[in-house]
Amino acid sequence: MVEQPSDIQAVGRRKARQRMTATWAGRIILAVIVIGGWQWFTAAGWVDKFFFGQPTEIWNSLVHLFTEGTAFGTIWENLWITVQEALLGFLLGTFAGIVLGILLGSNKYLSAVVGPYIRIVNSIPRIVLGSIFIVAFGLGTFPKVLLAAVLVFFVVFFNAFQGVREVDQNLIANVRVLGASPLQVAAHVTIPSAMTWIIASLHTAFGFAIIGALVAEVLGAQHGIGLIISQAQGTFDPNTVFACMVIIAVVTLGAEYLITLLERSLLKWRPPSRSEAQAI
Amino acid sequence: MDVNHPHRPPAARDRAEDAARIDIVGLTKRYLTPKGETFTAIQDVTLKIEPGQFCAIVGPTGCGKSTTLAQVSGLEKPSAGTVSVRDQIVNGITKGVSYMFQADALFPWKTVLSNVAIGPALLGTPKREATLLAMDWLRRVGLAGFEDRYPHQLSGGMRKRVAMAAALINNPKILLMDEPFGALDVQTKAIMQNELLQLWEELRPSVLFITHDLDEAVALADRVVIMTSSPGTIKDVFDIDLPRPRGDVQQIRHEERFLELQGQIWDSLKDEVTRAYAKTAGAAA
Repeated sequence: MVEQPSDIQAVGRRKARQRMTATWAGRIILAVIVIGGWQWFTAAGWVDKFFFGQPTEIWNSLVHLFTEGTAFGTIWENLWITVQEALLGFLLGTFAGIVLGILLGSNKYLSAVVGPYIRIVNSIPRIVLGSIFIVAFGLGTFPKVLLAAVLVFFVVFFNAFQGVREVDQNLIANVRVLGASPLQVAAHVTIPSAMTWIIASLHTAFGFAIIGALVAEVLGAQHGIGLIISQAQGTFDPNTVFACMVIIAVVTLGAEYLITLLERSLLKWRPPSRSEAQAI
Repeated sequence: MDVNHPHRPPAARDRAEDAARIDIVGLTKRYLTPKGETFTAIQDVTLKIEPGQFCAIVGPTGCGKSTTLAQVSGLEKPSAGTVSVRDQIVNGITKGVSYMFQADALFPWKTVLSNVAIGPALLGTPKREATLLAMDWLRRVGLAGFEDRYPHQLSGGMRKRVAMAAALINNPKILLMDEPFGALDVQTKAIMQNELLQLWEELRPSVLFITHDLDEAVALADRVVIMTSSPGTIKDVFDIDLPRPRGDVQQIRHEERFLELQGQIWDSLKDEVTRAYAKTAGAAA
């Protein structure tokens, strides 16, 4: 019997649908096992919910946070402050990372001189800088922005640096022979080429920005999710800590989605990855 | 359509005077290895390329052929000796030069059209004019209708055509080609060789063409230069007196004179290749 093209199409669609269903079923089962198990273990008393929280209690905390607010104003006010700090830190760190990465990547002498120092600074536990920033700049938003920026900077910097180093030397030779000035070489070759690396780093970088803002708030703040977390820690309330984690996770996923959109539009010239096509 | 092409190459009779003579005298290039040792890539290379001449350089791997091109383009400075283009000593980037590499040096993030238009754009040609010129060149290399594609969407031969259009769009006086067709399959290679010859006969730039392929060198060039391996020096120079236009490179391979010349050159090249091979084989053992 000869297979009709429409039959093959139908088989293909059915297989794709089956695969989708199986994937989602797996995901839901996994979530049920983890969250349900947690609920069950704490309800049965095998794990103490006083220390480890309980999913239903976390839900109640979440509802409480959004309906009753906190001692420091509504959850929205606090969330906005944290997001603002993370966003500013992210922008500042990304900008500095890209500029310095491209500068050092395209200048051998400069990178040979500054390189060891950057490695030294990178190897110190930068999160501790948060304490210094708070001592130096007080409890306002600025030290939070600064800590977020420092964390973001190194991620972006190393990627931008590497990206510039990986530029195809033939391309540079080509435009130089065509009469390009150093600025034109940067605009036409170096920056677009490094962009792949830089954008890849932004995914991790936003996570770091949030961490920087939260940690700085835990260290000392008047507003923000970090303050709510440290307050909850002080009153032995793990459920509120988990609730804050959930809120931050949602924010980070949203930012991740926006970065992916940016990536798609900036890197539309890239060939689609082969793994997207699967054998039937 | 012709009104749209301000950079159209001038009429045929002007071209011989227009093209550039290249004089390489006593050219030596040494490199500093990271360990601080010096490595002599080419030594005392003296070579003259007449305006509009097609000169092929053949030699074993690592004999400094690419180094020679880099000195002519002005991308690198010689350690000793000079390169003169149009009786002017090269210092900095030589004007009117285009490069073509084995790996197609196309911008993966630019469309085919922008890839070709970058040459005039860098010279300060207005965007509209550069675009029209690039469209015309894409038509000339048979890629009309592919303007909006990205390089990864093209086949190897098509990418080569884009690279060729990008190299020729500025009407260069010197065309430096570093094994441009080395990575192509045999059929595509023959097609590209024919197209190169056609375009060269229209524009008549001076060409320095590096290749491993002796047949390719004889079929395309007016002059074949044999280089020895490390340090690279010139061993022999052969003038190829096959009539122009050459026509189909596939056909010319069977002509008696071609085979005769090819035999002579191979005799000269054979020793070098054997010696270079023995060296690498010895190093591996």
